[in-house]
Amino acid sequence: MVSEAQAPSLPATSKRRTTGQQAILLGSKIWSWLFLLMLVFYFSWQGTGFFSLRNSQNILVAIVPIVLMGLGQTFVIIAGGIDLSVGWLMGLSSVISALVIREEYNAGVAPWLAIIQGLLAGVGVALAAGLINGVIVAKLRVPPFIVTLGVSFVARGIGFLLAKGNIIAGQPQLARDLGNESLLYYVRGEGGGWYFLKKPDVTGAQLRMMDRVFTWPVVITFIVVLVAIFILHKTQFGRHTYAIGGNREAALRAGVPVDRHVILLYMMSAGTAGLAGVMHAWRFSGGAADAGDALLMMSIAAVVIGGVSLFGGQGRVIGTVIGALILAVLQTGLIMINVKTFYQYVIVGIIVILAVLMDQARDLIVGRAEAAA
Amino acid sequence: MEPLLSVRNLTKRFGGLVAVNQVSMDVHPGEVVGLVGDNGAGKSTLIKMISGVYQPNEGEIYFDGKLAHIANPSQARDMGIETIYQDLALAGNLDMSANIFLGRERKKRYLGGLIRVLDEKFMLQEAQKLLQSLDVHIPSATAKIDYLSGGQRQAVAIARALYWEARLMIMDEPTNNLGVIEQAKVLDLIRRLRDQGVPVIVISHTIRDIFAVSDRIVVLHRGRKVADKRTQDTSTEEIIQYIMGARDDYHRN
Repeated sequence: MVSEAQAPSLPATSKRRTTGQQAILLGSKIWSWLFLLMLVFYFSWQGTGFFSLRNSQNILVAIVPIVLMGLGQTFVIIAGGIDLSVGWLMGLSSVISALVIREEYNAGVAPWLAIIQGLLAGVGVALAAGLINGVIVAKLRVPPFIVTLGVSFVARGIGFLLAKGNIIAGQPQLARDLGNESLLYYVRGEGGGWYFLKKPDVTGAQLRMMDRVFTWPVVITFIVVLVAIFILHKTQFGRHTYAIGGNREAALRAGVPVDRHVILLYMMSAGTAGLAGVMHAWRFSGGAADAGDALLMMSIAAVVIGGVSLFGGQGRVIGTVIGALILAVLQTGLIMINVKTFYQYVIVGIIVILAVLMDQARDLIVGRAEAAA
Repeated sequence: MEPLLSVRNLTKRFGGLVAVNQVSMDVHPGEVVGLVGDNGAGKSTLIKMISGVYQPNEGEIYFDGKLAHIANPSQARDMGIETIYQDLALAGNLDMSANIFLGRERKKRYLGGLIRVLDEKFMLQEAQKLLQSLDVHIPSATAKIDYLSGGQRQAVAIARALYWEARLMIMDEPTNNLGVIEQAKVLDLIRRLRDQGVPVIVISHTIRDIFAVSDRIVVLHRGRKVADKRTQDTSTEEIIQYIMGARDDYHRN
């Protein structure tokens, strides 16, 4: 029988996990860091030229669009959704931004102003698409998988129509510089050294000894990553993102403006994809409708490898960055040790599945602890 | 003493079915009222009228001596009527202080309010103070709700309601799905709530729990109130007879 005399504090029953369970829990948290380190060590040991300034910069340049799309996706997936439209939205944004820049530039507008107009147009179109995604998901309750898939096809069609199946070229030199020049330069050999914010005046053979360190897209992406970390982990907006993914009903009852929040998340996701598209146009001096086609799945892979649960509620921004780094390190590393490209896909696929298994092992342990309570 | 909540002749019909039929009851500050009855007796419907989920067809609800029209659940919450449902409405992936402050997070302002950062330290301290005042011990204050036991979760849900100044707490089957020891702890928590002056309406199928925690027992049978007795003046056997419909203090057959 229940007695009045019992101690009032609640017992910490069943919170004791076995060493094995704790190992899996810890492992699920840090395995991606360890795996990345392991890959870097392995390729540095096996591949000539892997552990070099130039290759590190190549990797950073390569992950820019994957990280940007992955960031928005991280927010959306943590809130329990998914955004499949970002790949083709990136392409559409690159086309629109390149078109605006070209037309304005040809009309005599100063290059810097044309570039700003292009940036606003490219990101603006993506934000509008994100708004459409968000409204249909939040207000009309259509599953995000379907909505964003549909918007993806629409973006694909419009992108190709606008570009007439071509690449939109004719960009000013400034756009090319923004996409390819860098914060720092390093020139190897005699008379070389570091240059900050100033491109060294070198030519010929010495030009090949020059490395661009932290190109502008890398710098911009780095800043966006910091902003995303701040928003997700330090603000009310981030807290609500987790709450919606953890228990939508609870968030609603607690007064979280769930619909508005979900709409903003899809706009963020599309917006970062739009930024990736604009920077793609800078880097390649042209917009291409299919710029992001192959990158959508890579960005989702990065998010999953980074520990974001597809069931929602779990994950961190830094995990997505690590996930993108793992993918890029694998890609360049395998090329350097002469593994055929097709094997890369096999390896990436296996890693993605292993990452999800880790995720579920973790959930299972938590579930057991709950069941024993 | 003035009752905090007073319902008068509440009736709720669903089509031809009269779910709650002319029920009146009072809840005074500092008392725990056990609401019992068989399935379909009208307990949940009655509670949902008080918490704003349903609108009564007839009758009045007085809260704090004033006639209250409770149009929806958030209006009830604004008045200080907190309902803790079985599913608890906590986000399992967040910790206790995040849950207690969910939707009403405390923020630090920088650059004239342009940048607002969650004040984690403040929220954690407040949550810990609150649980301490309820004499609840949670091993790790920053553990996710998913890692807590059922009783600990109940405690967090109660703490949240209390922090936001609940004046009347309604608990639907608070001891369901709990282990024996934890059931006792939750009942103890209900008594603590009462001792802090917050009256509690407890719905439970477990008569033993109702006797352990309540000051008064209200029995419903087929939508009507059949008994309203001080717990110390009655017995389990008698209450079961009321629940079965074998006794009725208010209606002649």
